[in-house]
Amino acid sequence: MMFKSAAAESSNKQKSDIISTVEFNSSGELLATGDKGGRVVVFQREQESKSQPQRRGEYNVYSTFQSHEPEFDYLKSLEIEEKINKIKWLPQQNAAYFLLSTNDKTVKLWKISERDKRPEGYNLKDEDGRIRDPSTITSLRVPVLQPMDLMVEATARRVFSNAHTYHINSISVNSDLQTFISTDDLRINLWNLEITDRSFNIVDIKPANMEELTEVITSAEFHPQECNTFAYSSSKGSIRLCDMRQAALCDKHCKYFEEPEDPSTRSFFSEIISSISDVKFSHSGRYLMTRDYLTVKVWDLQMENKPLETYQVHDYLRGKLCSLYENDCIFDKFECVWNGSDSVIMTGSYNNFFRMFDRNTKRDVTLEASRENSKPRAILKPRKVCVGGKRRKDEISVDSLDFSKKILHTTWHPHENIIAVAATNNLYIFQDKVN
Amino acid sequence: MISTMECAVDAQSLISISLMKIHNSRTQRGGIKLHKNLLVSYVLRNARQVYIKEKYAEIYRMQQYEEVMTVCNEIQELNPLDLEAEDAEDEEQARAACCAEEASACGSPCHRGAAHCRAAGTVAGCSLLEDGCKEPEPSYYRSCCMEAPPAPLCEQCPANSSAHCNKTTVLDLDTHVVTTVENGYLHQDCCCDALQCGQSAQSPAKKRKVEFGCCASDAEEAHDFTAARKRAKREDCSYSAPDYTDTSNISNLISIFGSGFSGLLSRQADLEQICSKQALASLGAWTRAIVAF
Repeated sequence: MMFKSAAAESSNKQKSDIISTVEFNSSGELLATGDKGGRVVVFQREQESKSQPQRRGEYNVYSTFQSHEPEFDYLKSLEIEEKINKIKWLPQQNAAYFLLSTNDKTVKLWKISERDKRPEGYNLKDEDGRIRDPSTITSLRVPVLQPMDLMVEATARRVFSNAHTYHINSISVNSDLQTFISTDDLRINLWNLEITDRSFNIVDIKPANMEELTEVITSAEFHPQECNTFAYSSSKGSIRLCDMRQAALCDKHCKYFEEPEDPSTRSFFSEIISSISDVKFSHSGRYLMTRDYLTVKVWDLQMENKPLETYQVHDYLRGKLCSLYENDCIFDKFECVWNGSDSVIMTGSYNNFFRMFDRNTKRDVTLEASRENSKPRAILKPRKVCVGGKRRKDEISVDSLDFSKKILHTTWHPHENIIAVAATNNLYIFQDKVN
Repeated sequence: MISTMECAVDAQSLISISLMKIHNSRTQRGGIKLHKNLLVSYVLRNARQVYIKEKYAEIYRMQQYEEVMTVCNEIQELNPLDLEAEDAEDEEQARAACCAEEASACGSPCHRGAAHCRAAGTVAGCSLLEDGCKEPEPSYYRSCCMEAPPAPLCEQCPANSSAHCNKTTVLDLDTHVVTTVENGYLHQDCCCDALQCGQSAQSPAKKRKVEFGCCASDAEEAHDFTAARKRAKREDCSYSAPDYTDTSNISNLISIFGSGFSGLLSRQADLEQICSKQALASLGAWTRAIVAF
């Protein structure tokens, strides 16, 4: 599988433009990005046209809106960041598109709809919108819908707030399409999409005495088919699978996935690098994938004591953990993603590298998202990091890696081999080569 | 960019860096990140464990060294020429003296006969204690007696204990001024220097006021943190103080965190007793502030 670049959006080097999440919708027609400034930008795939086959499937900006604004919590004297932490699409049920976006404290349901007609010929107001004096109206007419330029508007339909004391790290829509969960460091809340003034707390790991706190929840996701099952990962490197039918409060897990720590690799930073930053069910629902600082692991839901597969993302960083701790890079939260058929998994790394692992052939590749390498329709060349000894011509040495260029967020089209990769301010979209 | 030099994975520097991170997180936009602070506290705990082990071994070596010195002096007085006979007698004591957690310090692993030695070694986590003792050279014991035992892990030179300096570094969370009290003299130091101390061998006698420009102290009126607005002890970098042997200040700091994150610690009550006698209640508030919401 060889990827070529299809489009690259960029913006000025502003901190608020840093992309903080990317997500394809369930058909792959739309791609949403959220940024640190609280904005959501939605891209739409161009319809394939016979006359211009080479422009197959390029993504163009469809809608842009301000989802969240910075807020101030007066009680705690804390500023609430407007940064969009996660976006999740709802499956399409009518002409409009719906997505959930969240910052640290509030989840919002947005409706994105098209308007290509507008009514004209009102009686009580004229074309400019000015109210007419009723005494001047001598006849009545029926307003008629006239075509207009396509306008895409986003409206906030629901605001789910005041349910989280800690920072929301993930949201997940249930397969029943009626409920969703929002997760913070210590609690998971279940919401109904229609009801904003009430939510159910289904997981609470806050200890009675905060000084006894040993782990936090880092991510949670609903099972793709079983509407009663969800999984959540912890900072201790474990995953718990819970069944909501068992009890109202799912403090008792059904399954507990954890790999025992290898004592020979113990270091000052063992706890940090074992903290799971992302958990994703496979599309089939049979597997779970987790990302910690140095590895990606695939778990079989039937086997709790160890992962099915472990992939090293950038093991050459193991000797650099102290420096990475000093510059805070060790706290970076990388995401991971499945392809549509669950045969390939992808995750990001530093120096704008991202890695793909083919689960069947056991082959892996390192690619780079950069301007130089991404002329439109250019084929991406595999990259290699030189670990030690003699560095070959095309290789890059570990010490030359740019740790400020990190790829934390990636997403894969649900059916095709199209990927979107967020590299700080820039979004790269790559497609599989078409013969 | 990460420098090509491998940074010193030293317990003391990690403690300093971690404390700095915790302090900075208080003024970060968006509020305290619970997850990140929890992970930092784990590093702090790990560094603390290593540090306590090292310090305890140091204390132990000091004690044994002094005992051996006394014994050796007595031997020298009795019969300075007849070394063979005395060596056999003193082997037990000398072995105990030379026995330290780090075999490299003594040059060879020693078998501890003394009960207190074994107990100390167990507490310090020394796994070398099980090894059989190689027969050391008589001259080796002499060198052990005559010179200070080498301390590869601790830069401090115990022989100069008479010139040790007593240092306490205090960070005032209200005015954000770092003050170092050294041998009774007051210095104003820079917190940030802790990271660079390893490279520069200067003594921390600079008088500089720390500007925490990012601190919005007015905004920090949340009641959870009023308890934290007390003087917090901070470990100053001891690289520039080779004579530092007073362990109580470092131990106190470590004991602060020991009380604050009891859930993170394995039961090391015996180590705590050896290292710290200070009441922790008043200082526990500082650690509670980190996790209190």
